Amino acid sequence: MSKEKQWPLWEVFIQSKTGLPYKHAGSVHAPDAEMALQNARDTYTRRGEGNSIWVVPSDAIIASNPADAESFYEPSNDKIYRHPTFYVMPEGAKHI
Amino acid sequence: MEKKNPEDSFQVKIDAEEKIEPKDWMPDEYRRNLIRQISQHAHSEVIGMQPEGNWITRAPSLRAKAVLLAKIQDEGGHGLYLYSACETLGISRDELIEQLHSGKAKYSSIFNYPTLTWADIGAVGWLVDGAAIVNQVSLQRTSYGPYSRAMIRICKEESFHQRQGYEIMANMAKGTAEQKQMAQDALNRWWWPSLMMFGPHDTESAHSAKSMKWKIKRESNDELRQRFIDKTVQQAEVIGLSIPDPDLKWNEQRKHYDFGKINWEEFTNVLNGNGPCNKQRMANHIQAHQNGKWVREAAIAYAEKQKNKKVPA
Ligand SMILES: [Fe+2]
Ligand SMILES: [Fe+2]
Repeated sequence: MSKEKQWPLWEVFIQSKTGLPYKHAGSVHAPDAEMALQNARDTYTRRGEGNSIWVVPSDAIIASNPADAESFYEPSNDKIYRHPTFYVMPEGAKHI
Repeated sequence: MEKKNPEDSFQVKIDAEEKIEPKDWMPDEYRRNLIRQISQHAHSEVIGMQPEGNWITRAPSLRAKAVLLAKIQDEGGHGLYLYSACETLGISRDELIEQLHSGKAKYSSIFNYPTLTWADIGAVGWLVDGAAIVNQVSLQRTSYGPYSRAMIRICKEESFHQRQGYEIMANMAKGTAEQKQMAQDALNRWWWPSLMMFGPHDTESAHSAKSMKWKIKRESNDELRQRFIDKTVQQAEVIGLSIPDPDLKWNEQRKHYDFGKINWEEFTNVLNGNGPCNKQRMANHIQAHQNGKWVREAAIAYAEKQKNKKVPA
């Protein structure tokens, strides 16, 4: 059997309302960007879930490796002074 | 620190209710189990469009037709969410379709029954989607992240499906004597196959133990089936239809309905390809896929041509 060429895969990100971050919704197959947008609309926004859509070729996404998570995030683990709760505020100071 | 074996740390994660994501390490058998279950689920959504599609052109009103079209379109969408979740496990869409066509992958047996009258569209929405919802609500907590997210999205859409079906049944049940009879007849034919949708009894289920340990499944076939029965009996009473099971009886001790014996011979028979519509369902899918081939190829050719145009000479 001759293998049929597959439509490339696109990752779909949807912004539900202006001002909110884009969130990954899933993926679609499409031959080009325009159809990827249309397929994403038909697949993931049938009930007004979307204000705006991004589609990104799946192979353009570079992901960190979960197996390396420990060493990858290690540099920030000991920097508790990045959190506001680290600091001692004088008794009685307000709005800070 | 001593090195833990990956299967142990995997189980620790599962036990802690952490989700497994596509790039995480997972046992091969977990991956295989998931591919089997998610693809079967995806195929069911898509094949399930056929029995309902049978009534689009004959829907009794414009409202009914618009609703049915939207419902069927949702099912297509559910198939696509699930295919894309399944593909994150390293299997391609064309392999999945190939497995469906070769019979290696199954789909839910319920869709091998015919939709004979308009009341069947009511019964399918009420009972078949109703049973699917019980299963899918439970699967929202499945351990594989992409599957769980697909389930959450699907569950949000499903309640309209069940309600539109129940509305059809309710209207027919309070219509003419003939309409009520049609509704009762549809309930009679769809009741038992709907109970079979949950799969074999726990004691007979081939994949259950591992699936529960890995939290691919969160509740057993029998638990889910019982929940569906307990919910549905009251709904039938409200619209004045009777469940076709003489052994159906509230058990005060168990706080559940007792019910009659399921005909597993019929289940196996339909599963093995001998249901009323198995051949037709598969032939339709294969034909639609083949008929769409030139469109898929033309779209690729067009995309390539456009791409080449953009590259300056
Ligand atoms: Fe569905
Ligand atoms: Fe549905």
